[in-house]
Amino acid sequence: MEKCDQYRQRDIGLIATMQEMKPIRWPENLSRVPYAVYADTQVRATEEHHIFQGDTWNYLCLDVELEEPGQYRTTFIGETPVVVVRDSDGEVYAFENRCVHRGALIALEKSGQVDNFQCVYHAWTYNRQGDLTGIAFEKGVRGQGGMPEHFCKSDHGPRKLRVAVFCGLVFGSFSDDVPPIDEYLGPEICEKIERVLHKPVKVIGRFTQALPNDWKLYCENVRDSYHASLLHMFFTTFEINRLSQKGGVIVDESGGNHVSFSMIDPAAKDASYKEQGLRSDHDRYRLKDTSLLAGFDEWPDGISLQILSVFPGFVLQQIQNCLAVRQLLPKGHDRSELNWVYLGFADDTPERLKVRMKQSNLVGPAGFISMEDGAVGGFVQRGIAGAQDMQAIVEMGGEVVGTGEGRATETSVRGFWKAYRQHMGVTA
Amino acid sequence: MIDLLSIMAFHAAYADTIDSDQLESWPNFFTPDTLYRVTHIENEQEGLPAGIVWADSCAMLEDRVAALREANIYERQRYRHLMGIPLLLSSNIETAQATTPFMVARIMATGETQLFATGLFRDRFVKVQDRLLLAERVVVCDSTVTDTLMALPL
Repeated sequence: MEKCDQYRQRDIGLIATMQEMKPIRWPENLSRVPYAVYADTQVRATEEHHIFQGDTWNYLCLDVELEEPGQYRTTFIGETPVVVVRDSDGEVYAFENRCVHRGALIALEKSGQVDNFQCVYHAWTYNRQGDLTGIAFEKGVRGQGGMPEHFCKSDHGPRKLRVAVFCGLVFGSFSDDVPPIDEYLGPEICEKIERVLHKPVKVIGRFTQALPNDWKLYCENVRDSYHASLLHMFFTTFEINRLSQKGGVIVDESGGNHVSFSMIDPAAKDASYKEQGLRSDHDRYRLKDTSLLAGFDEWPDGISLQILSVFPGFVLQQIQNCLAVRQLLPKGHDRSELNWVYLGFADDTPERLKVRMKQSNLVGPAGFISMEDGAVGGFVQRGIAGAQDMQAIVEMGGEVVGTGEGRATETSVRGFWKAYRQHMGVTA
Repeated sequence: MIDLLSIMAFHAAYADTIDSDQLESWPNFFTPDTLYRVTHIENEQEGLPAGIVWADSCAMLEDRVAALREANIYERQRYRHLMGIPLLLSSNIETAQATTPFMVARIMATGETQLFATGLFRDRFVKVQDRLLLAERVVVCDSTVTDTLMALPL
C-alpha cells in the first residue's frame, strides 16, 4: 500500500515537471529564431488557433476548379478540414468539413459535384452553404425517439468561413476581423499576383509533396532568396538565377507576404561565385536537349522568375513560363504537405502548353530547381533535435524587414517571423 | 511477335540498371524521341497532362541523369524495383503495348527502407535492330503524394 502511494507521489511530480516546461524565449530582434518553435506540439496547437483560425486568409482552391454550381473541393486550413463549394447563386461558400452531430467528415472525396452534402454516419444533411437542413428520423420512428422539439437546426451547423476571391484564387478565413483580401495582401503583392494571373487559367496537373519538417521551415525556405542559387545548382549553372542578376525582394507591411523576382541579364555575367570558389558554378555541365529551357516571351516586363508568398501558407510561382500555385499545410508538429497545382492559361496553344510541361521539370517533387527544398527542411528538423534552447540565425542583410534590391538577404524570412510573432501574440 | 518473356526480361534489366546505380545506362532503354512521364492516377483520370517528370526525348533523360550526378543535392539513396507480370495489350513483330505493375522501395542513407511508390508502367515498345526500346513510358503512381523528393527515376 505504502509502495503504491510512493509511486503515485512520483507520478504527480512528473506531471508537474511537464507543466513547468520552459516557455520559448524570443529574442527582441527578428534575426534569431528559437529552434523550439519547429518541434513543439504545444506551439503547433497554438498556431492552429492563433494563425490558421486567426486573422489570416488561407488559400483554399482556384475559382476555375469550381466552375459549375455544386462543384466542390475538400481541403484544409491548417489541419482543420474544410469544404469549398459553388452554389447556384454563383457564389463560393466554405465551411468546416465536420458534421455537427458527431464530428465526422461531411465530404470524403477530394472533389465532386453535389446538390447537397450528407454525412455518411447518420445521414444529417447540409446545403451548399453549410446550413444543416436535414436530420434523419428527426421526428422519430412510429412516434418513438427522434430529436426533442426544441432542437433547432438553424442553431447548429459547421463553422462557416469568410470567402474572398482574388484573381481567381479562393481564400477563406475563420476570422471576422481579418481585413479585406486586397488590404491583407497589400498593394505590391496584389499587383504581382495580377501580373501573373492576368487571364483565366487552367489546371494541368496536381501533385502533393510530403515534407519531413514543420511547416514553417518551408515558409522560410520559399522566402529565402539567399539559398536559391547556393542550394539549387541547376538554376545557377544555367544562369536563370544569380544573386547579381537584376531583381529584388518586396516585403509587405505585415512582413508575412513577399515577392522575390529576377530578370535574366546575359550582359551581367558575374565572377562572384568563382571568386568565392563555391560549388555552384560548373562550366562542364550543359544540357543536351535545350528545349527544356526554351520558353516564349509572355511578360513584357522581362521578369523571368517571380516567387510570391502570402502568409501563412500560399505560394504563387512563375519561373519562365512555368506557373504553379503551392498550398502548404501543416500535418503535425514535424510534418507538412505541399500541394502543387501546375497551371497553364485557358487560351494556351498546344505549343505553349508543351513548353509549360517541359519547364515543369524544374519544379515539383522531382524538379531540377526545387527537389532540394523537399529535403532541406528535413535536414534542419533532424539537425535541431536536442537543441531546443538554441536559435537559428537569420541575419543576412541585417536585422531589418524591408524591401530591397539585392537578394543576398533574409529580409523576407524575418518578415515571416514578424507576422508570425504578431499573430501568436509574442511580445519582445 | 514481341512476347511476354522478352518484355519481362526488359523490365528486369531496366530495374537492375536503376537499382544498381548505373543511371548513365538508363536512357539506353528508350528511343531517341521517346515520351516519358511520371504522374499519378488522379491526374490520369482527370486527363491532366503534366508530370513531375516530363520528357519527349531521350536527351532529356540523359540531362536528368547529368543533373542528378552534377547539379542536384539529395541524400544518398537507392531503389529496389519489384516488377509485376506485364499485361500484354497488343503485340506484333515490331511493336507491343503492355501495362506492368511495380513497387519501388527506397533505401535511405540512414539505412531505412520505405515503400516509396507503387503503380503501373504504361508502355509502348518498339523493336529496333533486335532490341526492345521504350517509345513511350507513362509511370502512373497509385499515390498522389511523393515523400520528400523524387531524385532517382522510376
